[in-house]
Amino acid sequence: MSTAFSAAKFTSPPFPLRSHDKPLFDPLKIPNATSPFLGSTRKIRRSSSTKLNLHRRSGTVVAVSDVVKEKKSKSTSSLLITKEEGLELYEDMVLGRAFEDMCAQMYYRGKMFGFVHLYNGQEAVSTGFIKLLKQQDSVVSTYRDHVHALSKGVPARAVMSELFGKTTGCCRGQGGSMHMFSSEHNLLGGFAFIGEGIPVATGAAFTSKYKREVLKEADCDHVTLAFFGDGTCNNGQFFECLNMAALWKLPIVFVVENNLWAIGMSHLRATSDPQIYKKGPAFGMPGIHVDGMDVLKVREVAKEAIARARRGEGPTLVECETYRFRGHSLADPDELRDPAEKAHYAARDPITALKKYLIENSLASEAELKAIDKKIDEVVEDAVEFADESPLPSRSQLLENVFADPKGFGIGPDGRYRCEDPKFTEGTAHV
Amino acid sequence: MAAIFQGAGAAAALSSSPSNSIDSKKFLFSPRRPYSGMKGASFVVVRSDGRASLDLNPKGRRAQQLIANAVATKAGSSAASSSSKPGHELLLFEALQEGLEEEMERDPCVCVMGEDVGHYGGSYKVTKGLATKFGDLRVLDTPIAENSFTGMGIGAAMTGLRPVVEGMNMGFLLLAFNQISNNCGMLHYTSGGQFTIPIVIRGPGGVGRQLGAEHSQRLESYFQSIPGIQMVACSTPYNAKGLMKAAIRSENPVILFEHVLLYNLKERIPDEEYICNLEEAEMVRPGEHVTILTYSRMRYHVMQAAKTLVNKGYDPEVIDIRSLKPFDLYTIGNSVKKTHRVLIVEECMRTGGIGASLTAAITENFHDYLDAPVMCLSSQDVPTPYAGTLEEWTVVQPAQIVTAVEQLCQ
Repeated sequence: MSTAFSAAKFTSPPFPLRSHDKPLFDPLKIPNATSPFLGSTRKIRRSSSTKLNLHRRSGTVVAVSDVVKEKKSKSTSSLLITKEEGLELYEDMVLGRAFEDMCAQMYYRGKMFGFVHLYNGQEAVSTGFIKLLKQQDSVVSTYRDHVHALSKGVPARAVMSELFGKTTGCCRGQGGSMHMFSSEHNLLGGFAFIGEGIPVATGAAFTSKYKREVLKEADCDHVTLAFFGDGTCNNGQFFECLNMAALWKLPIVFVVENNLWAIGMSHLRATSDPQIYKKGPAFGMPGIHVDGMDVLKVREVAKEAIARARRGEGPTLVECETYRFRGHSLADPDELRDPAEKAHYAARDPITALKKYLIENSLASEAELKAIDKKIDEVVEDAVEFADESPLPSRSQLLENVFADPKGFGIGPDGRYRCEDPKFTEGTAHV
Repeated sequence: MAAIFQGAGAAAALSSSPSNSIDSKKFLFSPRRPYSGMKGASFVVVRSDGRASLDLNPKGRRAQQLIANAVATKAGSSAASSSSKPGHELLLFEALQEGLEEEMERDPCVCVMGEDVGHYGGSYKVTKGLATKFGDLRVLDTPIAENSFTGMGIGAAMTGLRPVVEGMNMGFLLLAFNQISNNCGMLHYTSGGQFTIPIVIRGPGGVGRQLGAEHSQRLESYFQSIPGIQMVACSTPYNAKGLMKAAIRSENPVILFEHVLLYNLKERIPDEEYICNLEEAEMVRPGEHVTILTYSRMRYHVMQAAKTLVNKGYDPEVIDIRSLKPFDLYTIGNSVKKTHRVLIVEECMRTGGIGASLTAAITENFHDYLDAPVMCLSSQDVPTPYAGTLEEWTVVQPAQIVTAVEQLCQ
């Protein structure tokens, strides 16, 4: 089965690159900011978007990859990242990859159950965006959330334990693979239904704006990132939140991880206009497309989008073209996807690409990277060991956390609040 | 440390029925944990059976005047303030607004979100004037996107705000069912207790005057299975204000059901600050012969029927259950143990309504005390018709209540 959609078109657009002194993108007014935003903005105006021939895929694509190359060739000393940053990015991506591979192993060994959705191949998006955040910034994800959790700083031990269903998991074993939460690291989930996390992310961004404007915490510039996939972009909640975020200029970045497949539904078969980034300008925010297999490109786009949000200029829609190397979940036989397509993206493995970049630009040696690989292997092994040895939740945990205020269980026939009944702490009461 | 309070003149106005006697000289001080975020004044929590407890601010142990008028009154008269201060008269929607405004003044994290809550003042005027006072961000006019702005409220609640989300009509919240069920109710548990969702979701529901099927829905039956939420229904200006305040202060997500036809009820409420307990039922009229459990608008049909019943020589005990989830099994149980006969009058649908759950709960817990099967009068399983006559026949009318009681008491 061949698809009309060829990835190659997205990475090498035929139109000329925009120059760097073009002002910041804003589809609603003549932009006058001076910071160069790596994105093709000239053509993304509301009036022109209607004239675009929908079948011409090359439209208004961000020429990030070429700009990056151009930058590099101009002066070899102005690299996109420092050595430190490079190693941090590499380590984070390797952690994501190794962790997910271990998850697959553990699943098939019967250590974790249910629906487990792995992130292999998409690491550049998580690392590219989340490594730019502060701890107080929030991340909202979907069921494919292990690596978002790891990138945000949730310890591998906590995530693995959660997957094993142990009390030491980040959600005490009550969430599972699809519901990773961390109040310490501001990871607001982990949602099983696609699209239902986007309003939550919008709410977190609303709180940030509220804190600054109503509570007068002048330095509150917390940004929220909402990650979701191509399938979600046909869902009502997506559009409703794009509208509200742009309306109130909320500090949020909507990150679309377009891996072309929603379980077995090809993005092209499900979407009337498959160019998701174009939906941003329809709501009054920039829509950017970026090669999601290249962590440096993602990072550059992310920097600007996050900075925009921090400055109070509102949301951005970033479409990352990426790919998942494994099936939708560990239960998916993954028979529908064309092996040629898989091979094409496997050749663009983000970790291999970054490794190549680091070595070619003398930012790191082979040995240093191998050391990181080894270190990560140990971290993941340790996480599994920790999870294995952790206790399963006892019965007494059953009724905790149903209510923040357990008075919500009500008043029993004896006049006392039911939560005062010892059966509640034992977990044997019936609610 | 016990505190003793004199409710000046309070005892006189209270009923003298033994099950409900209040000794004005002896009130229990229950050292409950003060509400989080409580600053300044202390206030009295009045329980529906008249027992009062004082919630004290650890900083200021100023005793408050006892408010005792949430207590039983004899048939007919609405609760009148009987404490020394005269209180003020207002309509139910104004009581809701007052409660909301007080909470917004008290805690800057309390905010309102909904359609037309800001500049328009709320389609039922519950948020009138608030946007001018608190600004457009604190009283947020949302686009028509229930699922998303409810989800937004949940996200805001998770990150430190205390939103009050208004459904212009409760029925519209069907669109928000995804967020209410999955996120509102469950996130606290799924996150292992890491995030609290102190959100209040409120709006008018119930059968109005020929509003048509879709505007006449009773969502309490749909939401009651959602774990992790509390549901309360207000029915008088007094409990409307009290429940609104309690719901906002609660750390749990609370759904507050108002009724379209009750917004213009007038009552005199205390000037002093008070809240109503979220988990408690309200004794409306103590009696001996039969327990009538009701809530929201049906309370008034029941009280109307009660007049007729009293004339016929019956003595019904009327309880407004107020807390739809969880049920106050103590107040209800005490009543069942006294009268041995139960009639539930509700506006919910016959199938799967609050009455159905309540019947099950009573049968389960108090079966031995029943002299007759629990009777439940609900609305018919019919989409509410537009025609006035038809609409009347879908909901329970006072005459049916009288007949039911007569039947029960045979």
